[in-house]
Amino acid sequence: MLNEIVFLLCAAVTLVGAVAAMMLRNLVHCALCAAGAFAGLAAIYLQLDAEFVGFAQILIYVGAIAILIVFAVLLTQGGDIQPTTASTSPSWWMGLPVGALVVACLIGSIMASPRLLRLPTQNVHAPVKQIGERLMNQFVMPLETVGLLLTAALLGAVVIGLREPRKSESNAP
Amino acid sequence: MTTPLANYLILAALLFGIGLAGALARRSAVLVLIGLELMLNAANLNFIAFWRFSPHPEMLTGLMFVLFSIAIAAAEVALGLALVIAIYRHRRTAQLDRFDSLKG
Amino acid sequence: MESILKYLWLIPTAPLLAAGVGALLPRRLRRLSAGLAIGAISISFLLSCAAFLATLHSGRATSNFRWFDFGTTSVQLGWVLDPLGAIMAVMVSFVSLLIFIYSLGYMAREENFTRFFCFLALFAAAMLGLVLANSLLLFFMCWELVGLASYLLIGFWFQKPSAAAAAKKAFIVTRIGDLGFLVGMLLLYAKTGTLLFYDNGNGCLDPTAAAGLVASTAIALLIFCGAVGKSGQIPLHVWLPDAMEGPTPVSALIHAATMVAAGVFLIARVYPLMTPDALQVVTWVGALTAVFAASIAVAQNDIKRILAYSTVSQLGYMMMGLGAGGIAVGMFHLMTHAFFKALLFLGAGSVIHGCHEEQDIRKMGGLRTRLPVTFATYAVGMMALCGVPLFFSGFWSKDAILDAAHHWSGSQVPFYLGLCGAFLTAFYMTRQVCRVFFGKPTTAEAEHAHESPPVMTIPLVILAALAVLAGFFGTPAWPWFQNYLEGGRAGFDLSNLMNEHQLPVMLLSTLLVTAAIVWSGWIYGRAAARPARETDPLEVAQPTIFAWLQNKFYVDEFYDATVVRLTVAFAKFSDWLDRVFLGGLIKAVCVLALVLAWLDRAMDEAVVNESFDAGAETVRASGRSVSRLQNGQVQRYLRIIGVAFCGLLILLLWGST
Repeated sequence: MLNEIVFLLCAAVTLVGAVAAMMLRNLVHCALCAAGAFAGLAAIYLQLDAEFVGFAQILIYVGAIAILIVFAVLLTQGGDIQPTTASTSPSWWMGLPVGALVVACLIGSIMASPRLLRLPTQNVHAPVKQIGERLMNQFVMPLETVGLLLTAALLGAVVIGLREPRKSESNAP
Repeated sequence: MTTPLANYLILAALLFGIGLAGALARRSAVLVLIGLELMLNAANLNFIAFWRFSPHPEMLTGLMFVLFSIAIAAAEVALGLALVIAIYRHRRTAQLDRFDSLKG
Repeated sequence: MESILKYLWLIPTAPLLAAGVGALLPRRLRRLSAGLAIGAISISFLLSCAAFLATLHSGRATSNFRWFDFGTTSVQLGWVLDPLGAIMAVMVSFVSLLIFIYSLGYMAREENFTRFFCFLALFAAAMLGLVLANSLLLFFMCWELVGLASYLLIGFWFQKPSAAAAAKKAFIVTRIGDLGFLVGMLLLYAKTGTLLFYDNGNGCLDPTAAAGLVASTAIALLIFCGAVGKSGQIPLHVWLPDAMEGPTPVSALIHAATMVAAGVFLIARVYPLMTPDALQVVTWVGALTAVFAASIAVAQNDIKRILAYSTVSQLGYMMMGLGAGGIAVGMFHLMTHAFFKALLFLGAGSVIHGCHEEQDIRKMGGLRTRLPVTFATYAVGMMALCGVPLFFSGFWSKDAILDAAHHWSGSQVPFYLGLCGAFLTAFYMTRQVCRVFFGKPTTAEAEHAHESPPVMTIPLVILAALAVLAGFFGTPAWPWFQNYLEGGRAGFDLSNLMNEHQLPVMLLSTLLVTAAIVWSGWIYGRAAARPARETDPLEVAQPTIFAWLQNKFYVDEFYDATVVRLTVAFAKFSDWLDRVFLGGLIKAVCVLALVLAWLDRAMDEAVVNESFDAGAETVRASGRSVSRLQNGQVQRYLRIIGVAFCGLLILLLWGST
């Protein structure tokens, strides 16, 4: 009973946060609501006995990614929105139905399968020690690759984000 | 634990749809990226849910996948935002419908 | 006999080689070309004499060789050595030799001296080949070569339009006769399978033991056609008078002594093939020709033309002799005629040369004192032609013909025609001699005429001697010639002269000749002091008849209106056919090809190009329309991905149900 209420609560937080993130006019508010959504998701992960993932979610998504988005918003002057420009794209009336369609399809497929109505297994443990062992033994390749990827991303972001010298800016088309 | 699997999946689906609709309907590039993140998160939730409800959870497969997914999402967001900033410097705007020079 | 037979082929070949070398010589090597020709003909003469001597003892020998094969049969050619051929070879080579020497003087100022001697040598080679041929095919080939040489020599001064026309006329008219000759030859070949004359019993003239002589009137008459053309019998006589356009030595050699005699020789050669019916035709044609030509000669004013018509007339006599009396009679007159006619022509040439190229007898006169040697020899020739008795060869030979005609079984009319002809001959010859040599000169050229150089007068003297002496070989008292040709021994018997068969005829002809000479001499000799332009006394007496005679009985005009006009019309029609009809057909084909090409191009442009362009345009248009999908809007792409994802999901989950 309690389980379900907790679940519904977290789900509501997540969904409200997501909707708010997509609908608000002020981009900073959007970013913060997105962080809220991420937090809600982290709670759900915790409920699902995936503690490590849940904390990793908070650390990375809320702690890094949301902040990053705020920075980007500030750098692109999205904070002070002019009231004359529209905040929605010219073809938003086509986008919403597509989203609805996708949701409908997914929910339809979920509801169509009775096996998905099963209950969870009991006594699930996901100790960090085991996660570490798995990472180092079975998933060492992906681990190293991800490390490489992160390095490349870091470098790329730095390069792209570098401010170009003055004289080549005037030559740019 | 009495909530069935379907609930989590429906939640993930709703999250995905919200993220998609937002990415399609808003003008700002940053908001599209936020929508993208929401979609990714929905997928992560799917994985965790299925891991939790799998017959052999001690394999930790879903978990591993999600960890990597989070890492990759982080890298992708960083790069995407760097690109948006670079474009903003060029064009003085972050509105997605202005960037159509790659049209056929 | 065998030794000379081996070298018989040299007789025609020597002058042929001289002609061949002469054709390559440049114009300035005059002495070399003349020397080659005269040397070659001398060799031929000596060999002919040797051949003649060989035939005095034995009869006939042949030397045949194979020319080419076709299928199982082969075509054979050959040389024959018999009395007929030998005596002709001697005569031809001797007269040719004398005329070649004469030409040295006559053509001395001619620019194309080398070409003249080359053609003369060619002619001599062909004539000698004709005389010695054992095959009708080889005979025909030499016959045509002789015609070619005649054409080349008549048209020697080809820049003159009249000479070129005369050469063409000669060639074409003789061609008409040769057509008959060729057909007759083909029929003969079909009948006998061989064209050799004598071939150890297999030749077409050999009497075959089993089937007898192969004689056919059709073949004989067809072969006679060739003789009609070549020897100028009516109706194909028209070319001979025009042939006087050639130089005088040519007229003497070809159109008096040798080539025109080839027709007579042909009939003599193929005599075994002539049926009595054919011989009747020959006699009649000969007799008519004799009178016809002699009457025309009475009214002519060109010195050479009178002699040309005289030749036609005498050839008629020869044919009459062949038809009525046989080979020997005709051939004897041929021999004597060769000598005295050549003499007359060469004398005429001397006169023309002396009068500075004047040929009209009305513009001469009194040349007796100015050209003495020419006059003396010309007088001898004239008397021989007229048939003045006893000392002149013409008398004996013409008398033999008249005698044969008188005793002919067919009809007496040829005999009377022959007598008329003899009368007319004497008449016109006296007229000519009076006008040319007697009386006073009528023009300044005649006044200052000069005698010819010895190179020209010596042949005249030699021929004059022969004109007298040759007759003695065929008199009835000693018929050596007749017996030589026909076999048998000739005995000298003066009493034959007083033979009742022959004496009346001889006396009659003598009477006629004397009457003619006296009458003509009275008309023309008395009035010889008249000026040149005055009309002929005969013309005054009988203007219409004279006009007819002077215009050659309008035969040329008649031919022109009928045959020539027909041929020209046919030629015009053929030209029209070729140009308009066939040409039009070809043009139509061309137009069709052009139309097809145009159609092809139009189709290529309209259909193929257009379809390709349309295809390419379609591709481009579709590409253009598809590329509109890519508008650079990222959200559109994402939308499409979402829709596609839904579609895939639906397909996967509910598509299989």
